[in-house]
Amino acid sequence: MQAVIKADKLSKHFGHFTAVNKISFEVAPGEIFGFLGANGAGKTTAMRMLCGLSIPTSGTATVAGFDVYKQTEEIKRNIGYMSQKFSLYEDLTVLENIRFYGGIYGLSDRDLQQKSEALITRLNLQNEAKKLVGSLPLGWKQKLSFSVAVLHEPKIVFLDEPTGGVDPVTRRQFWDLIYEVADRGITVFVTTHYMDEAEYCNRVSIMVDGSIEALDTPPKLKQQFSANSMDEVFYELARGAKRSE
Amino acid sequence: MVTLDKLSKTYNKGSVLAVDKVSFEVNKGELFGLIGPDGAGKTSIFRMLTTLLLPDEGSATVDGFDIVKDYKSIRNTVGYMPGRFSLYQDLSVEENLNFFATIFNTTIEENYDLIKDIYVQIEPFKDRKAGKLSGGMKQKLALSCALIHRPTILFLDEPTTGVDAVSRKEFWEMLKRLKTQGITILVSTPYMDEATLCDRIALIQSGKILSIDTPQNIVDAYPDKLFAIKAESIYYLLNDLRAYTKVKGCFTFGEFVHISFKDKSATNEPELLAYLKEKGHKNIEIKAVTPGIEDCFIRLMTEETN
Repeated sequence: MQAVIKADKLSKHFGHFTAVNKISFEVAPGEIFGFLGANGAGKTTAMRMLCGLSIPTSGTATVAGFDVYKQTEEIKRNIGYMSQKFSLYEDLTVLENIRFYGGIYGLSDRDLQQKSEALITRLNLQNEAKKLVGSLPLGWKQKLSFSVAVLHEPKIVFLDEPTGGVDPVTRRQFWDLIYEVADRGITVFVTTHYMDEAEYCNRVSIMVDGSIEALDTPPKLKQQFSANSMDEVFYELARGAKRSE
Repeated sequence: MVTLDKLSKTYNKGSVLAVDKVSFEVNKGELFGLIGPDGAGKTSIFRMLTTLLLPDEGSATVDGFDIVKDYKSIRNTVGYMPGRFSLYQDLSVEENLNFFATIFNTTIEENYDLIKDIYVQIEPFKDRKAGKLSGGMKQKLALSCALIHRPTILFLDEPTTGVDAVSRKEFWEMLKRLKTQGITILVSTPYMDEATLCDRIALIQSGKILSIDTPQNIVDAYPDKLFAIKAESIYYLLNDLRAYTKVKGCFTFGEFVHISFKDKSATNEPELLAYLKEKGHKNIEIKAVTPGIEDCFIRLMTEETN
């Protein structure tokens, strides 16, 4: 199958500082790809390049078939993005947020109507549809914000620490949503500090000081590092890191 | 050292109940953890105890002082590291530390032994502005500033949120060393795995305490037999387990799914195994496991909502 993300020696320098150092990897359609690394390892910079928000210094990459140097607008139309910090407009209602994001991603009115209803039902938000997003508990906001990020059925959705601070039950409900969209064929590219969540990924890469130091399925990584858990694998690799954020 | 008696706090003219009659005690020299997700009420409790917020009802004392009447005494004796970085970004590392020492009528030299282990790691950058430090270094500076007047109690509000697994481990090592110096520590965290590093913990959700005890006792009190199951596709495994009526709880834990059965007395595993095989699952593994704090939290939390 054709890879949806292809990076080859992708690098980004800021002056003399090499934030991302020749990273190469491929991600398949419908794969849940965990993108791990210590604070300051270069994850955010790498993710920004893949989202078409930052032009690389060298190397090549395509996302959804589009070039990260020349086709950044096409990339943005074919991906979804959700981060812990920027998600939804707190002073718009649930429905208004859905309409707003759907509109930006170019959904037709009829599509929007249909998708809004389906989404509200799926998330059990019937009673909250006309409430301001600011009044919802964090866990609901996160689930809504994820659902909005995939409303236009993108080829890939990028999730930057989507479950930080969320309670353990909601965190798992969130992963149910991730499994559902991956099962539909949407590729999920996710960063997290919860090492149990690394185990939920099909494959995981671990960045240290700008380079990808390990990349494989969780069982193979554990085998490779003779570790019992991904936590141990991560610790083994990241404790040698020279830099932090 | 710290006592809370039915402490409550509401916001928006009483419409949001943030802290709901919370009572617990922290003993001298204890490392006490307040464990719960965002919105559980952890920060509201910390702000009340550090006299930055008035409770609606109930009372609390810190080091024998009342949090309302004796707020000035409390401010002199406690150290507080808020969840959000709150030092002066445009002062240097050393200037920040000096500032906090001065307002507490002391000097860096006088209490240097207490912060030495932590401060030496950032001392090479002492002329750098605090705003230009990395996340890990900011955290170390904030901890040094909270300690420089040798507080009797240290309040740490989510010191490890958003911090990677390696730095989190280092931070807890620092706390252990501080504990040996006799400082009482009250720390909050949303990471359940950090609970086992505390002497005692309170699990908190939606403003209410779910349980208070040592981590070991909380785990021992788990009433059901817990099993861990894995198979090739965790997603389909989850769906099939949820559809199986004899399963009570069913939650993912890393590569495994943790389940308990409705009928505790029966031997349920062979039948479940047969069911999963029939559903086409491959490489099924099922084993009994000891619950962790997160299992306990989930059970208490789901019971609360039902």
